[in-house]
Order: sequence, then structure tokens, then C-alpha cells
Amino acid sequence: MAAPMLRWVGRGRLWTFARVDGGSCHRREAPTGSTSNWIRGQSSVAQQPLCMTQKPRKGEHKWAAVVGLEIHAQISSNSKLFSGSQVRFSAPPNSLVSFFDASLPGTLPVLNRRCVEAAVMTGLALNCHINKKSLFDRKHYFYADLPAGYQITQQRLPIAVNGSLTYGVCAGKKQSQVIPKTVRIKQIQLEQDSGKSLHDDLRSQTLIDLNRAEGQLRVDANISVHHPGEPLGVRTEVKNLNSIRFLAKAIDYEIQRQINELENGGEILNETRSFHYQLGCTMSMRDKEGKQDYRFMPEPNLPPLVLYDATSLPAGADPQQVINIDQIRETLPELPSVTRERLVQQYGMLLEHSFTLLNEVGLLEFFQNVIKETRAEPKKVTSWVLNTFLGYLKQQNLAVSESPVTPSALAELLDLLDSRTISSAAAKQVFEELWKREGKTPGQIVSEKQLELMEDRGALEQLCHSMMEAHPQVVMDLKKGNPRAINKLIGLVRKATQSRADPAMIKEILEKKLSS
Amino acid sequence: MLGRTLQEVSAALKQGQITPTELCQKCLSLIKKTKFLNAYITVSEEVALKQAEESEKRYKNGQSLGDLDGIPVAVKDNFSTSGIETTCASNMLKGYIPPYNATVVQKLLDQGALLMGKTNLDEFAMGSGSTDGIFGPVKNPWSYSKQYREKRKQNPHSKNEDSDWLITGGSSGGSAAAVSAFTCYAALGSDTGGSTRNPAAHCGLVGFKPSYGLVSRHGLIPLVNSMDVPGILTRCVDDAAIVLGALAGPDPKDSTTVHDPINKPFMLPSLADVSKLCIGIPKEYLIPELSSEVRSLWSKAADLFESEGAKVLEVSLPHTSYSIVCYHVLCTSEVASNMARFDGLQYGHRCDINVSTEAMYAATRREGFNDVVRGRILSGNFFLLKENYENYFVKAQKVRRLIANDFVNAFNSGVDVLLTPTTLSEAVPYLEFIKEDNRTRSAQDDIFTQAVNMAGLPAVSIPVALSNQGLPIGLQFIGRAFCDQQLLTVAKWFEKQVMHVLCKKGEKEKHYKRKKKSLVTSPSDITLRNNIEELHGQNTKKEIK
Repeated sequence: MAAPMLRWVGRGRLWTFARVDGGSCHRREAPTGSTSNWIRGQSSVAQQPLCMTQKPRKGEHKWAAVVGLEIHAQISSNSKLFSGSQVRFSAPPNSLVSFFDASLPGTLPVLNRRCVEAAVMTGLALNCHINKKSLFDRKHYFYADLPAGYQITQQRLPIAVNGSLTYGVCAGKKQSQVIPKTVRIKQIQLEQDSGKSLHDDLRSQTLIDLNRAEGQLRVDANISVHHPGEPLGVRTEVKNLNSIRFLAKAIDYEIQRQINELENGGEILNETRSFHYQLGCTMSMRDKEGKQDYRFMPEPNLPPLVLYDATSLPAGADPQQVINIDQIRETLPELPSVTRERLVQQYGMLLEHSFTLLNEVGLLEFFQNVIKETRAEPKKVTSWVLNTFLGYLKQQNLAVSESPVTPSALAELLDLLDSRTISSAAAKQVFEELWKREGKTPGQIVSEKQLELMEDRGALEQLCHSMMEAHPQVVMDLKKGNPRAINKLIGLVRKATQSRADPAMIKEILEKKLSS
Repeated sequence: MLGRTLQEVSAALKQGQITPTELCQKCLSLIKKTKFLNAYITVSEEVALKQAEESEKRYKNGQSLGDLDGIPVAVKDNFSTSGIETTCASNMLKGYIPPYNATVVQKLLDQGALLMGKTNLDEFAMGSGSTDGIFGPVKNPWSYSKQYREKRKQNPHSKNEDSDWLITGGSSGGSAAAVSAFTCYAALGSDTGGSTRNPAAHCGLVGFKPSYGLVSRHGLIPLVNSMDVPGILTRCVDDAAIVLGALAGPDPKDSTTVHDPINKPFMLPSLADVSKLCIGIPKEYLIPELSSEVRSLWSKAADLFESEGAKVLEVSLPHTSYSIVCYHVLCTSEVASNMARFDGLQYGHRCDINVSTEAMYAATRREGFNDVVRGRILSGNFFLLKENYENYFVKAQKVRRLIANDFVNAFNSGVDVLLTPTTLSEAVPYLEFIKEDNRTRSAQDDIFTQAVNMAGLPAVSIPVALSNQGLPIGLQFIGRAFCDQQLLTVAKWFEKQVMHVLCKKGEKEKHYKRKKKSLVTSPSDITLRNNIEELHGQNTKKEIK
């Protein structure tokens, strides 16, 4: 309860941008229709709804789907939005509950400065207009995990509005082409989270946890389908999707369900649905009470939230008492879209590679550290980081921070490769050794395992000669006119050198010997 | 000693004329003797005695915490008190013991005040009589005054004595009765539409409603958050200023308190003359329902200011007549919202029904709230419905703004304070009061006081005279927002003049011949039934020395 939440309301197909994931299944026979206001308010603005066209079957109309998301993301803060009690993951139930969180009579909300700053920062990152004045409202409904009987939110005048986020969608034959798309953000609002209900069906009891600090993302998706050029269809709301994968599945399912329903002469009801994780389908939640009226009312215990910028900041204002938007803007880190563009420009990498680098926590930093320390070409570094390094991580399900290979080690390895001290095959071998965490440097591994490229041409010629003698059949094949047979010989020689010889040089020597 | 003002008894404590424990015991004994007034819901005897003991130690060591150290006070039972049951006179909170103190309670305790107990009220402060709580009605101590008894005897229609008792007004009637009956020297009330000023007027006390935002509401169980303020009931203006000085100031736990520094402590200068003062008389407050006695006192008070050199202007507050209906919408809406937390799950009453959560909620709330509270919840939820919100709530907010602007305009025209009646008439007998329902009564009784809450202004009711019936009548001063000190300074001047000037001029001279104390505080010749008559006899003698 009262864990600070940011609520993004966006619209269009946009489910690639939510970053946080987490998941606890929590309550929901909860109220319906929560978003009726914003989606309706929005429809007049939807001149060109972002469409997802289903492949039309022969003789059928095209369908377009419109999807709007309400995203609940928990703010990373030490204390709750309206009380001083802590926010801590996996704390014992009801151990972080202040008198306000428990809604004891006479307690009042006190807004957490850090949460306001986070909201402003999010608004700026999402290109929103930041409202210098925003208001808090009470949203009423009775539920056991909502002890006050209302939730404090920002319904009428939220802290940020009218934003957008540009993201990439993979397309093309190998999904290698990235098409940029933009999704509109209607509003960002600060909202108190409710508590958590744990239903014990066996004993028909419900246990309530008012801690509500779970580091989570929760999405409600509003979905409708229509024929392009015609008015938007009736929407349904799929509630409480808590992973991006399920969100995508639920939306795809719901779009197809609506199309099937309409094509079979049925109709779509304006209803709340839940997503069944095991069956992969959405189901009506069949609320008994019908449509809920939240009886919104201004929160009388919180004055309007007033933010300042450099021009409106009153002279002599106590910095502890005011929030300066411009100051927060200065603390914004480089945003992902800018970083991606810089990577493409600076290192000549493909846009999709820049996405991969940014999508994995810590990977970009790792990459940049390697770049800093190595003489190797950026393209080489990109390839090693994204293919070899990331491949190993994924295989063992490790985070970048858990990697046994440091950026310096990889940089040294790439230097050895760059200076042609080792072959790329040997480099892979060194990498594998590094992964074993034996504390050896690439240089040590190379010399211990004698992986240096063979520079001694005479010795290599000797080796090629004896290999040809040992495999007369292959030599015969070659002479009979099968040029690919030479690869077999090259392979054998390399193996004999423990991959230390340069394949190009082996090939040259073999060709020379064969033609003589 | 019991009949003295807070300031006087504080001096007596400092001079060692009486110890905190002695004072506490005297008050406790009087509380027991006046139990029939039903002023207290909970008497915190042990707590008070322990606090008195500690206070005594401080006095002995010369470490007094100030004017309030050792002073018995009472607190309305809608302020949270740590470890002491806080009921709001409702079944819903019967047995509820808060784990924390309201900021104002904490501040009183921090200043060394002794908490005598929690006082009676209308359920959740919804009412204007202190008659609609589960612990029964509060009886006005003036019901037992000699003058009133004598007047009643002269009336041939008067029935038996016991049924003649008067209401205190409300909803802070318990606090008013407690101070008026000398069981404490100051009490906290709450004021949402007049709940402190109304019973103050009926009980012959000073009833002060501070500017909204000057005093913390944290811990006050809300009626209407945007209008509630903690109120102060005392025997004279200086006492109110002392208490205000202890309570005022920003509270990090209440975001609606203001940070602007205000002169503290609230020492009130004695105005030498009022020639630079401009008093506004709102013409809309002269309504047919106003009793002739109150009307006459009101005009005499205006004359008094004028004769002493003040400018007295008629001003217009044109939207006054909309205030009651506007208040009804805003009050019930906030009530509907604020009462939503009383669901029986965490604290307070819970019914036995457990077939479903919804059924449990419904039955709990049905059993826990009285008709008045339920009625307001229903109305409020109606006004907040999506289809009604614009037509009712938003309109009412607009009207509220107009009402608030009326005051701004009046003050901008040069008026320093407004002078109005506090109530339509003196306190009425209970049997008469209950002929009308709570809603009608509240609407009538709040007529002069409620607009002030909509505008967040400071206002104070000052006792001016006794009626023909021998009952106190109060007049109200309204000040500019956060000009609480100026308001109280004017009130203090008036209080002093009332003794000297109005008495001589007034046609009811005989009532004013008594000593100053008797007029501004309480019926000093009150005969609180036989068992305490003696005690009061002693007091009277002391006071008249």
C-alpha cells in the first residue's frame, strides 16, 4: 500500500518500451472500467490510429487494431509516495506500514519529493509536457487491500502529458532490419499503490499485505479492432499483465479473438478481461456489480503540486522546498535513442546492434570499456561483444555484472588478435579459458598453451609435406579436379598446429606444393 | 481557583499558590460531580494525575515549560490520543485506541498541559447540538444557573426541572461544557462549520477558529478536510491566544499547514484606541430568523465601536445565502469519501456477518454509523457520481469560491474585521431542539459561522451578555486570513469594553452588574445541582473578593 507508482498511459502499439519487469500475481476481481475516461478522451485525438493490420484472408476486409496501455511502474525510492515508511523488496508482510499506510483515522498524506523528481525525470525522458501545476484526486472503491476506501492518484491534471517514445521494430527476412516507430504517451501520473491480497481459497480467507514494495511492472491493455476508415471498435481491457511476453501474447490473442467474434456475427462487449497465463487466452472477469463509478474527488489534504523552472523560480526560494524542472533535466542521463544514434555514428555499427547493446543491462558499459582499452577495430569489438561474449552469458543465464571475463581481459585478447599474434580460432580458445575464471591473462594463456601463430614457414612447409604424404587419397581427389578437397588438408594441418597456423598461409603452401 | 482564567491559574501555579496535582484533583473531583452534564466520554484520570506529578516536579525544579505547564485541558473525542480511546461518539470507533497523538494534542502535552479527558460530541462531529452521539446529549451547564432556574420558575408552562435542560450547541458541546463547568481551563474543539464557535456562544465562552492552515489537522479525525480546523475554547481571549501560541505553526505531517512565519507567541497587545479600526457589518447577516435580543446586542456592539472612534461600515457578502446548500454538497461529498475507511477490517466495529466481504462491509457500516452519518454518506456519494459531479460538486466549488471572494472584497474595501452574530439565539432546551431533524438544525445553526470555514478565515465568538432568560449570547468577529493575532486583539479590546461600557449602557444592566469574570467565563453563580452548590458558592466568594 502506498508504494509509489508511476502510471503511464500510452496508446497505439507500443509494448516494446516498458523496461522493468517483475512479477507477482496479485489481486483481481478488482474493479472494472478504470480507464474508460482516458481512452474515451483520447479517441477524438486519434486521427491516425496506429494500426496493426492482420493478414487479410481472401475476400475479407482488412482489420486494424488499436491498443492503448496503462502501465504501472514502481518508482525506485527509499520511502513510499505519501508516507515515510520504507520501500524494500521482499520485506516480511506488513512490516513496512505506517499509520497512514494503514489508513488510521486522522492521518494525512505527505508527498515524497524523490517520487516527484522521478516522475518529472520520466516525463522529460518521454518527451512530455511537464505540468507546472498538477493535482491529486481520490478514486474510490471498496476492496480489502485498499484500507482508505480510496486511492490517491492524478486523474484530472497529471504531472506530465503529451509525450512520445520512439522505438524500433525488427523487420525483414532475418528480422535484421529495424524500423523506427513512435508511440504517443497521453499522460504520466503519480499514484498510490493499493495493498496486496493473497486469496486462500481453501480456507476462504484473504490475507492482506500493506507493504506493497515489489519492484514491479503491471500493465492493463485496452484493445479494439475496426475496419480502416470506419469508427473505432468497442474496446476491452485486459488487466494485470505483469510481463512483456504475456502482454504481447494477450494483445495478439485479444485482437484475433475480437476479429473472429466480429466475423462470426458476434459483438464485442466493453468489459474487463483477464489473461490466463497457462492457456494463453483472455477471459471475461464477469464483475458482478456492473460498471464501477469511482466517484473521483479532489484530494483535499494535498495542495496543488507546483513545479518551477529557471524562469519561474521565485527569488530566494529554499531549494529544499521547490522542485526545479531545469535542474532535473540537467541530471538526465543520455537517453537510449541518443546513445544508439551515437553508437551507429561513432562505431559504424548496425542499428539493431545498438539496440542489443542497450537492451542488456551493463552491456553498453562493458562494450565501451573494451573499446577504450583495445586497438582492435570497433566492428571487431562489436562482433565479439554481441556474439561471443553475449552468447556465453545467455548460455549460462548470467548478467553482464556476473561475467567471469572483464572488459580489460577481452580488450587484451582482441589486441592479440589484432596484432596477428593469435588466430581467431585460437582467440576463441583463449576466451573459453578466460571464462573458467582461473585468473590468467590472455597473454599467459596464449604462451602456456602455445597458441601463437606459427611464423616458421619452413616448419609449416614440412608439416604440409608430411600431411600430403599421409593422405594420398585426398591428394588424388584434388588432382582429379575436386578443388574443395584442399579444405580437408588445411583442416588437418591446422589441427596439427593446434590452430596456431594461419589458414591462408597453409593454403598457399599446399597449393604451391600441389602445383609443383 | 477553578473559576479563574487559564492565565490567572497559570500565574497561581508559578507563584506556588497551588500545585498542579492539587489543581488536577480539584478538576477531577468536579468532573465527577458534573458527570450528569455528559461532557466527557473518557476521563483520563490516571494520565492526568501522572502528568500533574511530572509538572509538579518541573515547578519544584524551576523548570516550568511555560504558561500551559500544569494546566488541566480537555480534548474533543475526535482528536487521536495515543493510548486513550478515541470514539468520535460513534459505535464505529468504540474501543478504538489510536497509537499516536494528534499534533495539537502532542503540542499541548509538550507544553506540560494535563489531559483530563476526551469530550462528547455529535457522532463524527456531524451536528450542531451535541445531541447526536452514541453517548447521549451534552447538557449545558447554564441549564443549572440560578438566573435561568429562576426565570424558568416564573414561566407557568415550564415543566419539571429535569426536562428543561438546554443543549450546549455543537458539535464541540462536550468541550464547551467542560470549560464552562470549570472542569478544565481550555479545551480543543474542532470547527468545520461553526462547531467550536456555536457551543462557545451557548456556553458563554470564547470560541476561536484559527485560519485554515495555521494549526495542524494531523490526528483530527476529519469531517470535511478542506474546512476542518482545530478550535479553541477558553474563558477569555488572552487564554485563547496562549493556547493558539502553543498550537500554531507548520506541521510536516499536514501538507496544508503554511510555512510563512507568523508572530509567535501570540501575545495580544491591549488596544488603547480603535480609531484606526474599520468594522464591517455584513448586511446579509440580518435575517428574519435572528432573535431580537441577539439583533439588539449586535447593533449595540456596533454602536460601541463607533462611539469609541472606530469606523463602522455596512458591507455586503452577496453570496451568503448560498452557503448552506453549497456546504451541504461539499460536506457530504468529503464525508462520503472520508468515511470509506471505516469498513470494519482493521479497526473499530465489525459485524458478525461473514458470508462475503461486501456483506460484512454493508452490515458493519449499517451498525456502526447513525442515521445522520449514513444520510450524509449517501448524499455525498450521490453528488460524486460521474453523472452528477459537474452539476453538484463542481458547481458547489464555484459557489465556494464566490463566497470566499465576498470576504476578500469586503476586506479589500478597507474593513479590518467583520462583526456578526454567532448564533440566531441563546441555547434552546433539548426538548425543543429535537423537534427538528439534525439536517435542518445544522443548516439553521451554522448560518453565521459556516461561510467562514469555506473561506478559511479566522473567527472568534465572544460572550457579550446574558439574555432575558439569563443565558449567554455571543457575537462573532471574522478576520483576514492569517491575521489571527489582529482579530484576537480586536476581540480582546471588545471583551474589555463589554464589561465596562456595554454594561452601563445596556438595558439589561442588572445582568452586567456582576463581576467581569462571571460574564466572560461562565455562570459563576451557577448552581450545578445541590451536590456542588457549595463548591460553587466558595468559588463565587473567591472571585468577588
